[in-house]
Amino acid sequence: MISFCGIELAHPVINASGTFDAIAARRAFGDALVEHFPFAAFVSKTVTVAPRQGNPPPRLWELPAGLMNSIGLPNKGLEGYLAHDLPELARLPVPLIVNVMGFSRDEVARLVTAFAQRDEVAALELNVSCPNVETGLVMGADPDEVGRLMGAVRPLTDKPLIVKLTPNASDVPAVAIAAEREGASAVSLINTIRGMALHPRTGEPWLGGTTGGASGPAVRAIALSQVQSVAAAVDIPVIGMGGVSHGRHAAEILAAGATLVAVGTESFRDPSAGARIAAELAPSTVAPHPSGRGLAWVSR
Amino acid sequence: MTAAVTDRVQAPFGARATRLVATERHGAYTVLRCADPGGPRPQGGQFYMLRAATRWGGGADERPYLPRAFSVLRAPAQTDELHFLIEDVGPGTARLSELGPGDELLIVGPLGVGFAAPREDRRPFLVGGGVGIAPLAIWQDDLQEPGAAVLLGFRDAAHAAGAKLLTGPRIATDDGSVGRRGLVTELLTDALDADPHAEVYACGPPPMLEAVRALCAERDVPAQLALESGMACGYGACFGCVVPTTDGYIRLCVDGPVLDAARLETALTPGAGH
Repeated sequence: MISFCGIELAHPVINASGTFDAIAARRAFGDALVEHFPFAAFVSKTVTVAPRQGNPPPRLWELPAGLMNSIGLPNKGLEGYLAHDLPELARLPVPLIVNVMGFSRDEVARLVTAFAQRDEVAALELNVSCPNVETGLVMGADPDEVGRLMGAVRPLTDKPLIVKLTPNASDVPAVAIAAEREGASAVSLINTIRGMALHPRTGEPWLGGTTGGASGPAVRAIALSQVQSVAAAVDIPVIGMGGVSHGRHAAEILAAGATLVAVGTESFRDPSAGARIAAELAPSTVAPHPSGRGLAWVSR
Repeated sequence: MTAAVTDRVQAPFGARATRLVATERHGAYTVLRCADPGGPRPQGGQFYMLRAATRWGGGADERPYLPRAFSVLRAPAQTDELHFLIEDVGPGTARLSELGPGDELLIVGPLGVGFAAPREDRRPFLVGGGVGIAPLAIWQDDLQEPGAAVLLGFRDAAHAAGAKLLTGPRIATDDGSVGRRGLVTELLTDALDADPHAEVYACGPPPMLEAVRALCAERDVPAQLALESGMACGYGACFGCVVPTTDGYIRLCVDGPVLDAARLETALTPGAGH
């Protein structure tokens, strides 16, 4: 067992937000999904206050050893999620972490307040990779913006608040430090890295959303570097992710100072990848992190 | 979690290995025949995510990386085989086309919602274009209806060689090298003129599907269209495969790929990946 912000998990592998829909997977695979649920906790796709359709297709572009997506955060919105999704996700055999995004501090506060009251929710993850419509600044790219956001929402709940950092920032550790200072319980990274692709024949942007986010093995080295620099800068737990497709990659993320590892794109190639990677994680291959934090996962 | 799911055959959880027992060549197409003793018999119109177990990657532009989606072509009775129709149009299909007997394929499936039986005793018309003929073949087997009309369109003779995968087809080719010169929708117009009490099942490139949709809407003929989209996962995880419907965007892998034409304002969607 591993302890993360007071939540007990069977192993350190969770899913990256937006890379697994447990409800759709239940329709595709039946009871086997629940009997062999591949993650120690389930992180839901970003919930926004208003329902969102998402970006026009095409939404996907295959990269060399990866994927670029421009999905656009489609979701039922807060009321729809509470009415339709939360009751189903609450019946999963693992703790539920709800990822939320607001386009202003007030929206984030509204989302946090709504979930603060729900016993079904073990923790909240704040997706700050979007502009604050009031200031125009991407919240997660600016330490002061994240600090003000945390200041506004920390008092609203005792539940763990995880800040999902964006790699598209000039000083990621500074953002993590600001989040920690204002009471974040943990940080998670990396989110996808901004990229673009052109239609091979027309030369126009391929993705309906023009730019997209890159993920998969193509980003693994960047993820490892950012996880290491953030883990060195803060004392709160770190959830590391980015291109993990095998237990040895997960071991490296833990060795870099993370407490948990998230698997995202690899699940697209194999829906049971999370379980496989958790099984491949062998403590004896983890090089000890100087702080000793990388050795949180020790029992099999 | 939810009530019993009855609108589709569900898949074993996780990617599983299958072995190729044989391949067939039909002009521009390759048929992969793999043994899937662990898997259920799919419904016509369902699809699988496929990738080669080895050397998947390092091709053109260091691709492929993600699996590729294919509707099942046949699942012959008294066998545990699954057959898929492949045309080499990119780095993923190039790798799949070079596989031979004994090679291993990793699959997830069956996935999605397949075709439904015709309503009101209507006569089934199976309308296919190019590699889109694949789900119509298994659907022809499933229907066991000798009176079904089979109308197939291809660009040329090399592609029209695929027509032998269905029984009794009427063929149109763009260049007139096989069958009638013209579009498969011209065959459909003639067939509907002769027998308007039909239900159309169609699969093919977006312009073909849109022409079929418009023609059926004009004639008030019900139609089930098997659409295509670039996909990463095939089981609803990535939200990448959406098409616009009268109810907003829906994921083809979860709520399709077969959609009732009445749900679509257009079938002219972006189609396959790059």
